[in-house]
Amino acid sequence: MPGWLYQRLGDRLFSALVVGLALGVVLAALAIVWVLYQGGREALHTFGFLGFLTGSRWDAVRGEFGAWPPLLGTLVTSAAALFLAFFPALSAALFVVEFAPRALKGAVAYLIDLLAALPSVVYGLWGIFVLVPLVRERVELPLFTWAAAHAPGLLAFLGPPTGIGMLSAILVLALMIVPYASALARDALALVPQSQREAMYALGATRWEVIRRVVIPYARAGIFSGVVLALARALGETMAVTMLIGNSVNLPYTLFGPAATMASLIANEFTEAEDDLHLSALIAVGFVLLLIALATNLVAAWVLRRMSLGEGRK
Amino acid sequence: MNLRRRYLRDRVMQGLVYLGTLAVLLPLFFILYYVFVQGIGALDLAFFTRPPAPPGEGGGGMLPAIVGSLVVDLIALALAAVFGVAAGVLLAEYPDHPLNPFLRLVSDVMAGLPAILMGLVAFVLVVKPMGHFSGFSGAVALALIMVPIITRATEGVLKLIPWEITEAGLALGLPRWRVILSLVLPAARGGILTGLMLALARGAGEAAPLLFTAFGNPFLTLNPLEPMDTLPLKLYVYAISPYEDWHRQAWGAALLLAAAIMVANYLARRATRS
Amino acid sequence: MEGRYRMETQRLSVYYGKHPGVRGVSLPVHDRKITALIGPSGCGKTTFLRALNRMHDLNPIVRVEGRVLLDGEDIYAPEVDPVVVRRRVGMVFQRPTPFPTMSIFENVVAGLRLVGVRDRKRLMEAAERALRMAALWDEVKDRLHQPAVGLSGGQQQRLSIARALAVEPEVLLMDEPTSALDPISTQAIEDLLATLKDEVTIVIVTHNMQQAARVSDYTAFFLDGELVEFDRTEKIFTNPKDPRTEAYITGRFG
Repeated sequence: MPGWLYQRLGDRLFSALVVGLALGVVLAALAIVWVLYQGGREALHTFGFLGFLTGSRWDAVRGEFGAWPPLLGTLVTSAAALFLAFFPALSAALFVVEFAPRALKGAVAYLIDLLAALPSVVYGLWGIFVLVPLVRERVELPLFTWAAAHAPGLLAFLGPPTGIGMLSAILVLALMIVPYASALARDALALVPQSQREAMYALGATRWEVIRRVVIPYARAGIFSGVVLALARALGETMAVTMLIGNSVNLPYTLFGPAATMASLIANEFTEAEDDLHLSALIAVGFVLLLIALATNLVAAWVLRRMSLGEGRK
Repeated sequence: MNLRRRYLRDRVMQGLVYLGTLAVLLPLFFILYYVFVQGIGALDLAFFTRPPAPPGEGGGGMLPAIVGSLVVDLIALALAAVFGVAAGVLLAEYPDHPLNPFLRLVSDVMAGLPAILMGLVAFVLVVKPMGHFSGFSGAVALALIMVPIITRATEGVLKLIPWEITEAGLALGLPRWRVILSLVLPAARGGILTGLMLALARGAGEAAPLLFTAFGNPFLTLNPLEPMDTLPLKLYVYAISPYEDWHRQAWGAALLLAAAIMVANYLARRATRS
Repeated sequence: MEGRYRMETQRLSVYYGKHPGVRGVSLPVHDRKITALIGPSGCGKTTFLRALNRMHDLNPIVRVEGRVLLDGEDIYAPEVDPVVVRRRVGMVFQRPTPFPTMSIFENVVAGLRLVGVRDRKRLMEAAERALRMAALWDEVKDRLHQPAVGLSGGQQQRLSIARALAVEPEVLLMDEPTSALDPISTQAIEDLLATLKDEVTIVIVTHNMQQAARVSDYTAFFLDGELVEFDRTEKIFTNPKDPRTEAYITGRFG
């Protein structure tokens, strides 16, 4: 084969192959959106998109599918978990970047990354046999008996102190997103140039003042986008939540009592769903979850671009 | 001067940071301790070599799930590697290609999507047409999760390869495609393998996307067109069951998974360090 | 204050692990004069400078031996607070480092906010005073609340100087402050040094000999971590005592 043909043809074929496969990735992503929409269409048409989102009754027997309860469950558990996770995550990130002696830095970072890599089912297993009894004995029962004696009005909010329920699910969810959020915050903090810190120290600042006035503000884009990404992670968490949340779809939810999230609902009911409407409703829930996850991820990316100071990642 | 107050605040905040860090690390040790203590007893020979026994009997194992994990995860990895590495190559080696902004956006967003959704997609695209659950559909779901990880890792390591290598190859008269295949990619081999390993570790731990794709199977099978069991799936089913013996085995599976992931992470760290 | 020296080092040595970056340097810093530190790269002049405001405390592998006197008292004495030292001995770095999330005004008063000054009027007055001293006031007085990163390189460096001056230090350390700047900005900063020294003692590290000759009253020549020669600037540049000094001055190495 003449040289130029070898070159030209080879280049053409190779780049066509690479582009083709990459295009496959893009198409796969589009397929995700398309498939979920199509699968959920029947349910969405039957109830109307808004009707589906706000419908408060999920009853497979009667063929009534309103997604508000699991949607609420997802939002509440994720927000609460994020709230609990934020300060520990930021603290651990600050520890690794600003406080830890050299020897400890790598070890602690490794441990946190390890926590982030543990599968959801392992958290769930530990949750069922260790966390739930603990929460029941140490938190729920005492609180419940106290309320029964002193503030009976609170009982309706608290719900049955069995351990399995929303509280445990929130706790395990918080546990799971801490390492993820911490790693992201750590990356953001590590990008702060040493010269910034030095300039603040040179003005006569204590270490905390340097952190609070220079390091954290400088890294705020990365930290904030990390928080949003952690939220996205929490929204989609399935196994551990399913194992601990008690899976009761219908409102009202209580703090201790069973509840459901969109992901846990799908995990629980999908293999049992008999009729097409039920299946379609479940896929529609998946579609809603997709929209929320997409929106959250896009917000995170936008925040990073907008608020970043100079060095963007990638 | 309020220097004392400033130092007090410095100390207090340092204490809070240490406390927060402890709050993150203590549960980790707690969990690992439990998994180890509860799980070590379950990892006997039977665990690795026997199929599950009916609930009352005991003496069963997780052989089908272990084998199933290997089959499903490796098929998924193969699928994901082909697409993921190609995508990484496009992003790194052809930075001006018009597909890139879409590819990057898609890859970043896919990385943040709930795993269970991939299971739904694989259900509609593979399970429904086939008419039954299969290991292969599970592999498709896992592949969708793995692709963004591999893409990111591949792009990252390719970007680190110095331009001089490409230049040298081109100067020798090699066409672009030869340079990439024979010079650049081999130089990036370590980083790409690390990315594959991390993707595998991620996929190996997933259960949600397999609930209605691979579905599970109490019998040993090597055929990916049949429903298959995996370790995380089995762990889930056993954990929520009412049987002590099954709980015991669930801890064993957890230990096995945790250990494998620890090893994978450690190797990945070592690789990126050097 | 005893003697004429605002600062003085006595057998100061700085070790990076085992390796000595500065060896046994005893150097006086005359009050309200400009002392220049010159020498080839790696000679230890920057390491020496950073020992003067205890910046090496931030680096766990660095060890400092000897004494550094500020107004007659050793700043490395165990009961001395580095935070206080750094207020009295300020520093300007090679690259301008405005705090990017702060406005021009906030940057200048950053040091004052640290000690708890909150009164708006006081802060404004201090900011104006510092910016005038740094020859930047006229250029920024109408945009004090705009982001500091919008300034040019030369303006940012003068902002850094103003920021350091706002806390009214006794000594100002400058680590190659103009090496990253264009000639016009360099000139502007050299000009303001002349007026600055009436209020602040200045120690400036520079790799540019001509700058040292133009700007300083005293010059110290460093080589391999040692102080080779120290004298009035005219003497160093016209009639150096040590042959190594002469070799450096005449450009035979550097």
